[in-house]
Amino acid sequence: MSKYNQLDYLDELEAEAIHILREVAGQFERPALLFSGGKDSITLVRLAEKAFRPGKFPFPLVHIDTGHNFIETIEYRDAMVKRLGERLIVGNVQDSIDQGKVVEQKGKNASRNPLQTVTLLDTIAAHKFDACIGGARRDEEKARAKERIFSVRDEFGQWDPKRQRPELWNIYNGKIHKGENVRVFPISNWTELDVWNYIRREKIELPSIYFAHERDTIVRNGQLMAASPVLNMDEDDIIERRTVRFRTVGDMTCTAAVASDAFLIDDIIDEISESKISERGARIDDKVSEAAMEDRKKGGYF
Amino acid sequence: MDILKFITAGSVDDGKSTLIGRLLYDSDSILADQLEALHSSNRKNDDGSIDLAILTDGLKAEREQGITIDVAYKYFQTEKRKFIIADTPGHIQYTRNMVTGASNANLAIILIDARKGVIEQTIRHSFLVALLGIEQVVVCINKMDMVDYSEDVYNNILKDYNTLAGKVGLKNVHPIPVSALKGDNIVNNSDNMGWYKGESLLHFLETIDVSVDNSTEHARLPIQWVIRPQTEELHDYRGYAGRVSSGSFKVNDKVTVLPSGFKSTITKIELLDKEPEEALAGMSVTVHLKDEIDISRGDLLVNSSYQPEVSQLIEADLCWMDTRALDTTHTYFIQHNSKVTRCKIQETLYKVNINTLEKEQSDDFRLNDIGRIIIKTADPLAFDRYQDNKANGGAIIIDSRTNVTVGAVMLRNVAD
Ligand SMILES: Nc1nc2c(ncn2[C@@H]2O[C@H](COP(=O)(O)OP(=O)(O)OP(=O)(O)O)[C@@H](O)[C@H]2O)c(=O)[nH]1
Ligand SMILES: [Mg+2]
Repeated sequence: MSKYNQLDYLDELEAEAIHILREVAGQFERPALLFSGGKDSITLVRLAEKAFRPGKFPFPLVHIDTGHNFIETIEYRDAMVKRLGERLIVGNVQDSIDQGKVVEQKGKNASRNPLQTVTLLDTIAAHKFDACIGGARRDEEKARAKERIFSVRDEFGQWDPKRQRPELWNIYNGKIHKGENVRVFPISNWTELDVWNYIRREKIELPSIYFAHERDTIVRNGQLMAASPVLNMDEDDIIERRTVRFRTVGDMTCTAAVASDAFLIDDIIDEISESKISERGARIDDKVSEAAMEDRKKGGYF
Repeated sequence: MDILKFITAGSVDDGKSTLIGRLLYDSDSILADQLEALHSSNRKNDDGSIDLAILTDGLKAEREQGITIDVAYKYFQTEKRKFIIADTPGHIQYTRNMVTGASNANLAIILIDARKGVIEQTIRHSFLVALLGIEQVVVCINKMDMVDYSEDVYNNILKDYNTLAGKVGLKNVHPIPVSALKGDNIVNNSDNMGWYKGESLLHFLETIDVSVDNSTEHARLPIQWVIRPQTEELHDYRGYAGRVSSGSFKVNDKVTVLPSGFKSTITKIELLDKEPEEALAGMSVTVHLKDEIDISRGDLLVNSSYQPEVSQLIEADLCWMDTRALDTTHTYFIQHNSKVTRCKIQETLYKVNINTLEKEQSDDFRLNDIGRIIIKTADPLAFDRYQDNKANGGAIIIDSRTNVTVGAVMLRNVAD
């Protein structure tokens, strides 16, 4: 080994993320890892194994379930939790609806995606979580590009972009007052392609919907959507069977598919390397306005 | 492939965000939907062309005011290397955000508006870049299109800048005349400045050497977490988890735990199911020691042959980052690696006047003030001189009343 060298970029990103996870473990009383079933949070789980095995994770996994998830996501989640032997806490948006805390949207473009912020904040309060680890990345969106790795939220879960704490070197200040909590983003500095290259290198298994498969789809607002009763379909929606895959996986009502023949991870990496559209181009929730993400974050969203 | 982390710095409106936008645009790193958003935005340049600065100015307030408020991180890669860019604000009010971005950079691009030359913020940012120990600096004399691409203008500014660089102690300064707006010398060499024989900015960034020192002299491993499964089959398992901040450790190395001074030998290095022989700077690992000694979070593992200073009274450079002034009677927290302890600023030695770079007697440290102090800590810190070893010489001050990070500290030496 030479005296001077730099780690390969994937090793460096991995090491940074593990360091951040261990800081969370060391600094907080009641942390949690928010697990969405998407590739980014699946990557986080692998990083947590690297950070804490052969010990247990010093935090439970928390899933905010809109009730409109892809079945493949839920199956994957349950199998993963069983393999890991870790604790899973599920916060149900349906419960928030039943309690009258949020009102289900109506009409064709109804989505439970915006409702989950309330369920998330309630789950944080109920379990007194002081830190929530998430898989958001700065390359996803321009407001996220501005967020600190330890991002302090006030009692109402709000992010104040104009008053972020300085964050120097790799020293993360996790001190907070009662009621506040910190959102922590260990893979802030990863790009979409980095995540895929890491998944390939580590041979991490993913939910099948990330790979090309045949499914019934409809076209909504110019985007390909999985045909499903949760989309409030009517006669105008023409169901067509297509070969598609999902580039990002969230709630069924806000995650669009892309036509794709990428059946294997190598195909996906080729596809993304050549793609001219960003990942969040397939997220309906970001299209509302130029500041959609910033506004949601100010309201407590991840 | 390796990663180069760099920042843009310089005064307000010198063109930092535009330069990054241009770098991304001309290297084909902007995706179609982002480009579409760029075209449809109503913030345009005076000549109607797209405003590249909005690629990084991602906050509503930034787009409304046309300035950068907080650091934006951007990612791109070429065939040669990956880049992590931190676009920092030039406005003096947001200096702490510039410091945030600069603390992790290997290289700084300092922009100067060719019409204005070296001004106060150029000095401040250059001083901070030197203080934060960024080894490589590119000075981009920008807006050359507005001074007829004049070689004389460029040379005059460069002369001033070299004087400044000498005063603040910047060694590796590489000048490039550019126009971020028009794209001269950013990705492609410019036809408008035949007199400039050097490389384009991107070419320079792709080829500069920024490798790190992995020699054992600096072997430092801050312990973050102790892994003790305490299950039946792993009853005696005890792994010390942390990220090697500098230097490297090997199996069989003799090590010392600080501040306690206990000694032992490394028996195993682990990373999940792998057992590397060596843990290099930057790697997150779990180490096992021969002896059962008391080690916990906040301790520092070092190579026994090369030990850092251990002290409770330390001379340091300070950059104050809070609107509430430094209070020498107040007890703050100091966080150094994984260790947090209480501290007081026992003495202020001097403050730097940014315009003249002269030292002034004062204990009135306000937002953005920079100077030298003596810190007294409740527990001893095991530290290296920041300018020799950034990873083990940097610390932050946290106000115990607000929990906010209020100071950046570059440790120097044991105070006498
Ligand atoms: N003519 C000309 N104008 C430029 C050039 N570079 C930037 N500008 C203009 O200068 C103004 C400020 O540019 P920004 O990129 O926002 O400046 P900045 O340094 O990022 O400013 P802060 O982040 O607020 O400190 C904009 O109107 C740009 O279009 C250049 O090379 N030539
Ligand atoms: Mg800017």
